[in-house]
Amino acid sequence: MNVAETSDDLRELRDTRPEVGAPLLEVDDLHTQFSTSRGIVRAVEGVSFTVNRGEVVAIVGESGSGKSVTALSIMRLLPRLTGKIPKGRIMFDGRSLLDLDDEQMRQIRGRDISMIFQEPMTSLNPILTIGLQIKEPLQIHLGMTDREAQDRSIELLQLVGITDPERRLDQYPHQVSGGMRQRVMIAIGLACNPKLIIADEPTTALDVTIQAQILELMKNLSRKLDIALIIITHNLGVVARYADRVLVMYAARVAEQGPAEAVFHNPRHPYSMGLLRSVPRLDRPRGGKLETIEGLPPNLADASAACRFAPRCPFRIAVCDQEPPLFVTDTGSLSRCHRHEEIASGKITWSAAGGAGLNFAANTEAPVLSVRNLTKNFAASGGLRRAVGMVRAVQDVSFSIYPGETLGLVGESGCGKTTVGRLILRLEEPTSGEIHFEGVNLSTASPAELKAMRRKVQVIFQDPYSSLNPRMTVGQIIGEPLHVYKIVDGGQVEARVAELLENVGLRPEMAERYPHQLSGGQRQRVGIARALAMEPSFIVCDEAVSALDVSIQGQIINLLEELQRKFKLAFLFIAHDLAVVRHISARVVVMYFGRIMEVADRDTIYGGSLHPYTKVLLDAAPVPDPTIEKQREPRLIKGELPSHLAPPTGCVFSTRCPQVSQECREVVPPLEEKRPGHFAACIKV
Amino acid sequence: MLRYTINRVLLMIPTLIGVAVLVFFLLRVVPGDIVEIKLRGDGGSVTQETIDMERKRLGLDRPLATQFGDWMVGMATLDFGNSMWTERPVVTEIAGRLELSFQVAIMATLVAVLLAIPMGTMAALFRDSWIDYTVRILTIGGLSIPSFWFGMLIMLTLLSLFNWLPPITFTPIYVDPVANLTQLIWPALAVGYRYCAVVARMIRSSLLEVMNEDYVRTARAKGVYERLVISRHALRNALLPAITVIGLEFTFLIGGLVVTEQVFNLNGIGQLFVQSVSRNDFTLIQGMVMLIAAFYVFVNLAIDLLYAVFDPRIRYNA
Ligand SMILES: Nc1ncnc2c1ncn2[C@@H]1O[C@H](COP(=O)(O)OP(=O)(O)OP(=O)(O)O)[C@@H](O)[C@H]1O
Ligand code: SF4
Ligand code: SF4
Ligand SMILES: [Mg+2]
Repeated sequence: MNVAETSDDLRELRDTRPEVGAPLLEVDDLHTQFSTSRGIVRAVEGVSFTVNRGEVVAIVGESGSGKSVTALSIMRLLPRLTGKIPKGRIMFDGRSLLDLDDEQMRQIRGRDISMIFQEPMTSLNPILTIGLQIKEPLQIHLGMTDREAQDRSIELLQLVGITDPERRLDQYPHQVSGGMRQRVMIAIGLACNPKLIIADEPTTALDVTIQAQILELMKNLSRKLDIALIIITHNLGVVARYADRVLVMYAARVAEQGPAEAVFHNPRHPYSMGLLRSVPRLDRPRGGKLETIEGLPPNLADASAACRFAPRCPFRIAVCDQEPPLFVTDTGSLSRCHRHEEIASGKITWSAAGGAGLNFAANTEAPVLSVRNLTKNFAASGGLRRAVGMVRAVQDVSFSIYPGETLGLVGESGCGKTTVGRLILRLEEPTSGEIHFEGVNLSTASPAELKAMRRKVQVIFQDPYSSLNPRMTVGQIIGEPLHVYKIVDGGQVEARVAELLENVGLRPEMAERYPHQLSGGQRQRVGIARALAMEPSFIVCDEAVSALDVSIQGQIINLLEELQRKFKLAFLFIAHDLAVVRHISARVVVMYFGRIMEVADRDTIYGGSLHPYTKVLLDAAPVPDPTIEKQREPRLIKGELPSHLAPPTGCVFSTRCPQVSQECREVVPPLEEKRPGHFAACIKV
Repeated sequence: MLRYTINRVLLMIPTLIGVAVLVFFLLRVVPGDIVEIKLRGDGGSVTQETIDMERKRLGLDRPLATQFGDWMVGMATLDFGNSMWTERPVVTEIAGRLELSFQVAIMATLVAVLLAIPMGTMAALFRDSWIDYTVRILTIGGLSIPSFWFGMLIMLTLLSLFNWLPPITFTPIYVDPVANLTQLIWPALAVGYRYCAVVARMIRSSLLEVMNEDYVRTARAKGVYERLVISRHALRNALLPAITVIGLEFTFLIGGLVVTEQVFNLNGIGQLFVQSVSRNDFTLIQGMVMLIAAFYVFVNLAIDLLYAVFDPRIRYNA
């Protein structure tokens, strides 16, 4: 049988473009571990891969699978006291990185290999100017004078698409937007013309349109300057669009690795198969239920001799009790699965989950919730108390939601989605406009009506951790509203809690646990159970699945849909992930800069949108299919969100719209019904 | 920034008026006044008539509101009145002692900060090594040992090892620097120990936190020299929270001096405070409380302004 364990084997199998010479980076059997109070955590075990000059390699996998630790090991930036590389070899450009002393390694960092981190908000030093932070590596590695470094910094900022670079050099990180900070990080990464850039989730914290700008920029620069790129991400669309080769990591090991096309079209490991099937996709017709990988990733502190994926694998057989080596498969990829040949021959396939009915509600009933001309302004304070302007967070927003229906609300960060949710929940008073819930106008409602409404309208937040009281057990968290609102008799609370836990797919014993003893997905389930306890008719889901891993996200989406059918719940599903919104919503509202741009039923929005902003937004989101992505011409939207202190006149999208003309800047286009049931706010359609 | 500063200074006025009201009326709620202590203090018998006359002379017989009004008007014209005991102006009484106390406070701060920065930094950088443990033990000592007790310890050590005691009479630094420093360094150490401990612990914990920040990792990933990573990227950020602690402890120091001056028999404002309280010398107590309150609000403003100087994210525009 064909097994590849070392990089010598890998070299044979490497993508054999004639022009590439010896690989730039060879990672061979890398093991990285951390000593923690709970024992040794083996964060990376036996990872081998190569990166050629100018090549783009992507590492994907769930949170905690060891992606970042692999990158930090290459940079030798592991925590000094706890992190250790007991075994492995890392060859970079002919030198063995693990054998260098600290000073030699320092000379390589930032000079030959640079790294871009996930969080642009915290990765730049808040008290040093942007200029100083770009000039630093230039002066240290290239011995430039201040003048030379200054000129080069300006050049770099222009290269990464920052306008008026001279002024930016004197600014501090907090004075520029997130997208701009990430560009600055890239400029720092490029400063000394490195041979390799490692980007750890470079765009995860950014909006789709900005994400597309940044990735396109990185790809072009790497082509132009022949820089190799390692992109770490959990977004399969990004991998499909940009990567030549992919490593799929699972629980500290490589599950499958190979050319992007092979892994995406013909995955040969059950985990990659599951991963590709559990994401909602924009490029395929919306199916019924999402297929998911059940269960949770293993704890890395427990050593196990079996296949790491076995506990969650539907194809598990006796031989899986032994750790499989990396097999060479028919597609040329490497798979750590004993049954890769059976997968290749199509003998075993991922069982397709039964297609569930779509959640279309007949809109003949009265809406549960309707919002009319909702507007919310915040005073923008410029320091101590004095207001320097006004943030028009929500402007003139109207929509209705019917019983049993999911209305999706999409838009980039800061567009007002969350504020709409908060206004509906009465966490915020509207500046003007009306909210009617089950026929009652909330601004004129009596206290009793408001109390009833508070019970029937619930919310599920993005961050399951911070929304649960850490000092209460799961049982207390879910039981609290039952007591407060006297929903069931005191004696029956426990039984009801158990029932609710079962509804959200948790075992009743979980009631004894505290939030920190649960995984992210389990916490989100607890959040859902708490909302259900109130027997609501309407739930606001504010980025309810955004913080979760792909496979867990699928589980939660399925759960929400199932509960919706069972209890005839209406959802307002606020999210920035277009594919997720498409999967779950019956109708979709697209917002930009406080205003509604377009409203239509799901298939119209995703299949025949009219508004330029919706088109741009859909275009910017890459789909997990390398063939489609590599043929697609990037249609990039320029610029960033306008400032609330100097809002655009006329159409709010006019500063970035590809079809803008003079008339657009004169009047605010009203939201008009362009076709039956399809509303858009644009004068050009 | 200037407008902010002016605003803050103006805001001090109501604060200080509040303090004035509080101290004035609290003093008078407590039974007994200076006249009784002055005339009957030694158990001698004095007629009620004499006492009333003395009260009248000091203006203590007038209605409280009038007395308060007079005092406030006086303060507005920077006249704090005369001590009821020595009859000398309050300002003169305080000024004579302030020099000494202020010098001790400054010396204590210098000693504390200059020792605390390297101590805290080293402890954080060599976390869990013997350096860290030494610093942690020393600083726990600083927090738990009362400064007067530490002062007595110093005195005893000096006496038993060198058979020497610092002089009691104060020599200003411009008269004889050596004599001045050998006298004041000991009380400065006694009160500075706690100060140093607090600041060193603050720096240690904030540096440990900052060393885990993403931007420190970025700096290392850029290939910045480790020395520079610490001094430019980490320490500067870590010192920000220390500014607050340094300022607040500085104001506490004045309180600590009351006891320490007794131990070292120094004639500073700490001792003056004790004296004036035991004599019920209303005007003097009031003057000193106002001085400390004003000092406190000024230091607080200074902390906020310093913060804005070192942290570009903070800009006050009122
Ligand atoms: N400093 C550390 N000390 C102890 N354990 C660590 C440390 N850093 C990472 N780990 C552990 O190593 C494992 C791999 O972490 P890593 O950060 O590489 O995951 P990741 O794949 O990058 O995940 P994410 O997508 O969340 O960034 C995790 O179990 C993590 O808890
Ligand atoms: S080796 Fe077995 S358990 Fe592991 S992925 Fe393959 S089939 Fe599943
Ligand atoms: S109104 Fe004009 S600027 Fe606005 S979206 Fe339409 S074309 Fe673009
Ligand atoms: Mg990571």
